[in-house]
Amino acid sequence: MDFSTLVQILDSTMRLATPLLLACLAGLYSERSGIFDIGLEGKMLMAAMCTGAVAALTGSVWLGMLAGIGGSILFALVHGLASITFRGNQLISGVALNFVASGVTVLIAQALFRQGGRTPPLSGDARFNPIELPFAAQLADIPIIGPLYSDVLSGHGALVYVALLAVPVTWWVLFRTRFGLRLRAVGENPASVDTAGVSVIRLRYTAVIITGILCGLAGAYLAAGLQTGFGKEMTAGRGYIALAALIFAKWRPWHALMATFLFGFFQALALRPDVIRGTLGFDVPVPALDALPYVLTVIVLAGFVGRAIPPRAGGEPYVKER
Amino acid sequence: MTLMTKFLGAAAALALTAGAALADPAIIYDLGGKFDKSFNEAAYNGAERWKAETGGTYKELEMQSEAQREQALRRLAESGANPVVMTGFAFGDVLNKVAPDYPDTKFAIIDMVVDQPNVKSIVFTEEQGSYLVGVLAAKASKTGTVGFVGGMDIPLIRKFACGYAQGVKAVNPDAKIIVNMTGSTPAAWNDPVKGAEIAKAQKAQGADVIYAAAGGTGIGVLQAAADEGILSIGVDSNQNYLHPGKVLTSMLKRVDNAVYEAFKAGENIEPGIEVMDLAKGGVDYALDENNAALITDEMKAAVEEAKAKIISGEIKVHDYMADETCPALTF
Repeated sequence: MDFSTLVQILDSTMRLATPLLLACLAGLYSERSGIFDIGLEGKMLMAAMCTGAVAALTGSVWLGMLAGIGGSILFALVHGLASITFRGNQLISGVALNFVASGVTVLIAQALFRQGGRTPPLSGDARFNPIELPFAAQLADIPIIGPLYSDVLSGHGALVYVALLAVPVTWWVLFRTRFGLRLRAVGENPASVDTAGVSVIRLRYTAVIITGILCGLAGAYLAAGLQTGFGKEMTAGRGYIALAALIFAKWRPWHALMATFLFGFFQALALRPDVIRGTLGFDVPVPALDALPYVLTVIVLAGFVGRAIPPRAGGEPYVKER
Repeated sequence: MTLMTKFLGAAAALALTAGAALADPAIIYDLGGKFDKSFNEAAYNGAERWKAETGGTYKELEMQSEAQREQALRRLAESGANPVVMTGFAFGDVLNKVAPDYPDTKFAIIDMVVDQPNVKSIVFTEEQGSYLVGVLAAKASKTGTVGFVGGMDIPLIRKFACGYAQGVKAVNPDAKIIVNMTGSTPAAWNDPVKGAEIAKAQKAQGADVIYAAAGGTGIGVLQAAADEGILSIGVDSNQNYLHPGKVLTSMLKRVDNAVYEAFKAGENIEPGIEVMDLAKGGVDYALDENNAALITDEMKAAVEEAKAKIISGEIKVHDYMADETCPALTF
């Protein structure tokens, strides 16, 4: 594998990992507050549809993105209502929302545009156009670092950088602010947070809404950054890979960055069987590479690479008094 | 009393014949969805053409998951629909099981051979159509490298790839053909994001014409190719209009004709195998105002020559599904 091939694969990794990273951080907020969320997939799908539809109607990708976030928050609030207010089973609520999203997105898109559940192709300002980072052109000639900066890091849609920035921000919020402390506490021991006079309900709703916002960004990036419009089931299981990454990262932001980029790298590598053959000297079946994220997650869950301990109160509805 | 019985009997017989005369044809679309701009949409267009010409009505059903297949087939058969047409190889096993239970209903399956006395199997010689677009791809390519993006990795899609590779090699024996399959599950038909990423990866390896035989995933391939300034080739339906001037051509698979003919034949549809080949107009390459500027006279002459030779039998395009090998390509 020569360097230019590596640069190309890393460039592809950046694009493929971004929706995973956003969805993974989304899940992180929710699960840290004690609300399991397997509805990431559904929220992303909803956001992708809203983004595609509104961007096509208004011609502005930013309005589309806001609509995507709105659609995703709506689903997040339904999940919150079911699992926080009504103390329902969080897994069932999440699965149900995934099914609802799968059907309702196609239904709305079909009702609006009559193009078979697709949104019309976006162009110009209705898409996230590549952003050249400063000095990308000047630095391109420096060996090694130049191509890494100007080809891999530069030239992506705005949300790629938003996703990368969201990692330190999440770390700071979780571990350096009062809100973060309470959020982590409410996922470990909600009773103690309640005793301290902080509302468990409000904290969990806040976390769920943040999850909605981040899933909204992920869906918007899929529909208007990577693609030019929404298509049926276009998330193709990325919400579940993000969940796997979250477990792999043991619910920590910097690890989430590494996990999603590792999984994105596997996905990018799976597209280049020639490179694998050239590097390893033998063929690796593509399905084996596709399965790697899940295999790694199982290995982590089995306790081979340290223990993955989820937030202690995760999945348990909080009952104040009986 | 006897008179009464006779009347009732006559009424019942009348009702039965009326019911039989009113039997509507039905169509089941596979997982890609009715409007995939490709395979299923072609079937839909055929059904709509029949509806417009005859003024008849038909029943339709879209698959949402693998688990629904048998249920959907039985439901349509029991509702009295006749014939029941289904698109896609994936119905093969289920139909083999269901067809004997409804001996009075006729079934037609596209892309698969099911050996039952009340089933008509319609198959296409995709390798011939793919050969033609392969000829055009090799002529249009400046780098000598062309790409192929398949949907789910199944023998049928390999058949497309194999025919394409043979066409490319016929023009340029030294050409490099990059083959990628999107995945090994049905989700591979609906992942335009991955399709776009594959197209970019193939371009990085030097490909400047990419043939997508991948259902909804192909939309992403065509989009990425247009964005990256290289050419793409559509499949099944004529997809030239999706990016005018950037889609070299489309491999036409006249699923619409197959559905139209099946609907037109109605209950009298003849069971057995029908092979829709190049000579019968079952497959072809697309030439319209959207790609006229891309196809030079020389390219057109070459592809027309290949077409004539295939029809006359002078060129034999190898069918991957016959022996699961491909002379021009290793998978």
